[in-house]
Amino acid sequence: MFFQLFWTYLKIGTFTLGGGYAMLPLIQREVVDRKGWIDEQEFLNMIALAQAAPGLIAVNSAIFIGWRIGGWKGVCGAVLGAVLPSFLIILAIAMVFAEWKELPAVEAVFKGIRPAVVALIAAPLVKLAKAAKISWSTLLIPIAAALLIWLFHVNPVWVILATICCTLLVVDIVERRRR
Amino acid sequence: MIYLQLFLSFFKIGLFGFGGGMAIFSLIQMEVVQHGWLTPQEIVDIMAISQVTPGPIGINCATYVGYTIGGFWGSVLTTFALVLPSLIIMLSVCKAYFWLNKRFQGNPYFEQTLRMLRFTVIGLIASAALMLMKPTTFIDPISWVIFGVVAVLTILPVIIKNKVTEILSHPILLIALAGLAGYLIYALPQ
Repeated sequence: MFFQLFWTYLKIGTFTLGGGYAMLPLIQREVVDRKGWIDEQEFLNMIALAQAAPGLIAVNSAIFIGWRIGGWKGVCGAVLGAVLPSFLIILAIAMVFAEWKELPAVEAVFKGIRPAVVALIAAPLVKLAKAAKISWSTLLIPIAAALLIWLFHVNPVWVILATICCTLLVVDIVERRRR
Repeated sequence: MIYLQLFLSFFKIGLFGFGGGMAIFSLIQMEVVQHGWLTPQEIVDIMAISQVTPGPIGINCATYVGYTIGGFWGSVLTTFALVLPSLIIMLSVCKAYFWLNKRFQGNPYFEQTLRMLRFTVIGLIASAALMLMKPTTFIDPISWVIFGVVAVLTILPVIIKNKVTEILSHPILLIALAGLAGYLIYALPQ
């Protein structure tokens, strides 16, 4: 089981470009359609949990499926399979790129890429906001968070902790009143 | 002790990295720039390479940053430290999930916290982008043109949904085109 999970995740990890979200449909095809390890409904539950827990969605999904199917051995196999190809590929690139960085042509290419990367961080926020069904009043939360981190240099960890604590407190008050 | 610091930083990032790869990148960026381990320019380059390389962006970023700061063992350490909190939390979540007989959905504490975290994470990623808009990354007006074009092409499928806008919004294609533009503008004239 260790080896099967390792191999499945290794294949998925090696051949998906575009991060964890791009891996989900491939995981579904392998794990649900081909191997039949879990059913469609459980797969959807798994995505919900993998997104809710901190960390990378691809790794979280590997942990869930590994545990569900093969216990501890399954977890080790799936996580290693999900992480190892990225780790090795990017390590090789990092080693090579350290030598190339000073070349004028490479520097020119990166002068063009840098603003594009910033746009690729900023622009998808529109989609994220739409998916989160943001309204004019809830828009205040990301604005406040961004200003606290950007202008006042508040550590993002405190902002995340404050979000969790405030929400739990408010929900608790509302729930108590309802009872 | 750089290795201990790297481990603690990336463990913290893994623990509070709600919202996937981009949010984790934002946390990595703030952590490494704050510690003075890397410049904003270096972290942008690492992000660019992470996006065009297979696998989860968070793993790619963590490995690359670890290698740049602490060599091979640095990269092993950062990647391990990033995954470790996931292992602990996700395994507990799995156990609770089967124990509670899959009744997470509908719990107001759980659902509202997730909803609010999504809003906060949007702000977190926005602040990461704002922090990267510096003279070292935006060197001249051409930079702003590239930024504008990439931003518009990325958002376009939200407004006009068809095959063409979908293909043109692909991040790897956009990075390749921006790199080509950079080469043509900054390297060729010399």
